[in-house]
Amino acid sequence: MNDETNLLEVRDLSVHFRRGHGSPVLRAVDQVSFSVAERETLGVVGESGSGKTTIGRAVLGLVSSADGQIEFAGEDITRADHKRRRALSRDLQVIFQDPYSSLNPTRTVAQTLGESLRAEKLATDEVRNRVITMLERVGLPATAADRYPSSFSGGQRQRIAIARALVAQPRLVICDEPVSALDLSVQAQVLNLLRELQDEFALGYLFVAHDLDVVRHLSHRIMVLYRGQIMEQGPADTVYTAPMHPYTRTLLEAAPVPDPVRQAERRLRRVRTGDNTGPVSAAGCPFATRCPHAAPLCRTERPALEQTPAGTTVACHRWRELSTAPTEVAAASTPSVR
Amino acid sequence: MTVTVTVTETVADAEVSASPAVNPRFVRRLMRRPLAVVCLAYLAILVLIAVVAPMLMPHVGTDRAGDLGTALHGPSAAHPLGVDSLGRDVLQRLLVGTRVTLVGVVEAMAVVLALGIPIGLVAGYVGGKIDRAITWLADLVLSLPAIILVIVVLSVFPQSVTAAMVTLGVLAAPGLVRVVRAATLPVREQLYVAAARVSGMSRTYIITRHVLPRVMGPIVVQASLLAAAALLVQTGLAFLSLIAAPPEPSWGGMVADGVGALFQQPWLIWPPGLAIALTVLAFGLLGDAVRDAGTEGWSAKSALPLGDKRRGAPKRASAVVPASTDDSLLSVRDLTVSYATPTGPIRAIDGVTFDIARGETVGVVGESGCGKTTTALAVIALLGGGGRIDSGHVLFDGRDLAALSESELQAVRGSEIGYVSQEPMVALDPAFRIGWQLAEAVRINTGMSRAKAKRRAVELLEQVQLPEPHLVARRYPHELSGGMAQRVVVARALAGEPKLLIADEPTTALDVTIQVEILDLMRTLQRDRGMAIMLVTHDLGVVADMCDRVVVMYAGQVAERAGVKELFGNPHHPYTRALLASNPHNQHSSAVLPTIPGAVPMPGSWPQGCHFQSRCAHATDQCGSGNIPLLQIGALHEARCLYAHQIEGA
Repeated sequence: MNDETNLLEVRDLSVHFRRGHGSPVLRAVDQVSFSVAERETLGVVGESGSGKTTIGRAVLGLVSSADGQIEFAGEDITRADHKRRRALSRDLQVIFQDPYSSLNPTRTVAQTLGESLRAEKLATDEVRNRVITMLERVGLPATAADRYPSSFSGGQRQRIAIARALVAQPRLVICDEPVSALDLSVQAQVLNLLRELQDEFALGYLFVAHDLDVVRHLSHRIMVLYRGQIMEQGPADTVYTAPMHPYTRTLLEAAPVPDPVRQAERRLRRVRTGDNTGPVSAAGCPFATRCPHAAPLCRTERPALEQTPAGTTVACHRWRELSTAPTEVAAASTPSVR
Repeated sequence: MTVTVTVTETVADAEVSASPAVNPRFVRRLMRRPLAVVCLAYLAILVLIAVVAPMLMPHVGTDRAGDLGTALHGPSAAHPLGVDSLGRDVLQRLLVGTRVTLVGVVEAMAVVLALGIPIGLVAGYVGGKIDRAITWLADLVLSLPAIILVIVVLSVFPQSVTAAMVTLGVLAAPGLVRVVRAATLPVREQLYVAAARVSGMSRTYIITRHVLPRVMGPIVVQASLLAAAALLVQTGLAFLSLIAAPPEPSWGGMVADGVGALFQQPWLIWPPGLAIALTVLAFGLLGDAVRDAGTEGWSAKSALPLGDKRRGAPKRASAVVPASTDDSLLSVRDLTVSYATPTGPIRAIDGVTFDIARGETVGVVGESGCGKTTTALAVIALLGGGGRIDSGHVLFDGRDLAALSESELQAVRGSEIGYVSQEPMVALDPAFRIGWQLAEAVRINTGMSRAKAKRRAVELLEQVQLPEPHLVARRYPHELSGGMAQRVVVARALAGEPKLLIADEPTTALDVTIQVEILDLMRTLQRDRGMAIMLVTHDLGVVADMCDRVVVMYAGQVAERAGVKELFGNPHHPYTRALLASNPHNQHSSAVLPTIPGAVPMPGSWPQGCHFQSRCAHATDQCGSGNIPLLQIGALHEARCLYAHQIEGA
């Protein structure tokens, strides 16, 4: 993909958090590079502490980056000021996880949606029309405009949050766990809506989630993060069916599948990997402490991202030898029940 | 006079721009509160008096003495509130004295609000160095002795009400700054503030539109308290003749006059005293009413359950307890639970029946609002917030838990039934070491000595496979990771060697790799101890991984009940089928996911007949009336659907 079609281009992004005096900085995001094109969904997966949410917040300018560069539509926005952000808000929007805390309870739905249009300085009537059109587009009645968030269910609130993000007709939307708080039947409705809207408005999504099934369903490409670093990146189906990195395999094996027969088989083959805590050495691979295949080299030298024949990139010293071994996940993801 | 007017306007402006909804709706809501109307009317009359009285009775303010012959007379027709020590009419002086009293309060409040709100908002929202500097300064000012400083200022500006009250306002502002700052801190972290920042809104916009409305409640309450305090300080200073010196009438000066003549005419302290007390009261009550009316517009219709503390004993006699099936450890029969609300009881569980055999894992699945957690809580009779069991039986090991007294239940909970909740960090008390908390649980459930219980606690930590259990026992909950904390919670649930473990979404808050560990742990413990598990979850993958049998709940009822392979392979209820289909795992990417239209109806708005009918593709007119029974599909397979037999397996 060349730079012309990329909406978002992130190079060597690092975000550090200070945890009080004396203690070392927390490398929440550590030299991460990726891009999102128009009409493309990049899924970002990882466990808590992987930095997946922080990446989205850095792109949105909600946290400042320690290093690296964030380009939107060819323009460097790493240190955009608030005036620049306001102009940018027409193109770059966000949908948060929690549909309760993401809507101000003291403002009506119309006021909340209208805020996204302030940068455009439209007439009051025009704002109202666009707000109502967008509410109807996400499946809410026009009468919703003058009500407060408290009178809506979780799924309806998430529709409102989607409407707020899309009313200004952005080009890129950061979706930060947008369906994690929703029930299964409502989750499916929202996922379908997100996909329809992507086709309709040619949106790019940076889709952050911890549910691997959800990410796979919506994403074209997937980036797997662990402790702020990219472990593996590539086309969604390839990463799922032929994971190269031991961490990706661990994640996929850990998620139980809704099929008792297959799940019982998977359980027998699972490898234990321990807890996602404790310090990570800056030198080696962050997953080395939990990795069943860790070699001495893994603890001393940080693996570089390498291109694999399958079209993915992987940060593992041993991916070549490991990829020849048959993987359980690849076998288990064949659709038929054996 | 000019000062008064501008100051009043400032206050009014501040409230107009600040209040969450100063619009006709807010006024209407305020006017619906009788107490607010009374307070407003009282204060409005005071303001009117303050403006008009000195104009109509210009002589009162300068009269040094009246008819000394009538001095200290009590109330009479000519002088309804009596006569003071210098023979002047008390009513007239009370009315004219209102102005100086109110002007003082308004001046102090204007300064407090003008300083306190913006500085507090900035400190709370901006944070960092600015916050530290403001907090330091506020603490410094609060440590100054206010009354002494006011008196010092009065020595420079003798008799100046404005100087005194502005000084008071400056000294009282840090109190409001701290309240506003504390209220702002949590609002700053709300996602809608982040969303507004993404939209490029300026700090000023976010603070006035997003933060201020949320912190208006505490501001209004604090302001009403400060207004009352300012009134008391103003009258105190007047009492001491430091402001409003004689002959100028003021409420405080009148109290002083009354105190001077306390033994000759005790009546004299009553008119100004009552005026002061009523005004203080009016400020306080109005503050509460304004806060409530301000938040009423946007807050959810208060469906807060009433505090019905009675544990709902079933109305039916325990004599007709149905026999439980032989090998059942737990048999729930026709369990019906309702919650008390201001509009009457609302049914949350409707005739739930299921069994759990010894050593078996039964999953209770469904979406939020289907009543799975309520069912779990009803089993151990821990329904909070006005919930009660209306009817039905919870047969556990031969006893009906629904008919036991609270003390009998306590013996069952913990020692025979263990409970693991969703949020491990909330389930542990942050103030106590892990070992102590576990030892307490052991001691209460087994009656062991402290020393023995302590050893047992370490054993339990070892059983849940925590490395170095001795060290873990000495840690506090915040020193553990989420996965470790959930192991500790499981260990605590095991303290009394329970026969049944109720786990309510035990892994929902955990990462998948940690979820695997906790589920494996539960499986191992079950195998070793022959313990039964009731697993409440919304995750179908977890159900497939853990359960022997499954109860699918929908809107308070059991929709389907079957063995786990049967349920996933041959579901018969349309809800179960739709739920399985909408799981993205079963879908090829790029396909449109099958959805269930609408959402689960909340308790209180369930339809007649089948609860699922409005979302069901198979619904007919038949589904809208009567009770839909559970139909037998197979030996251990039932579904609550009229057409369950026609609907073929997957």
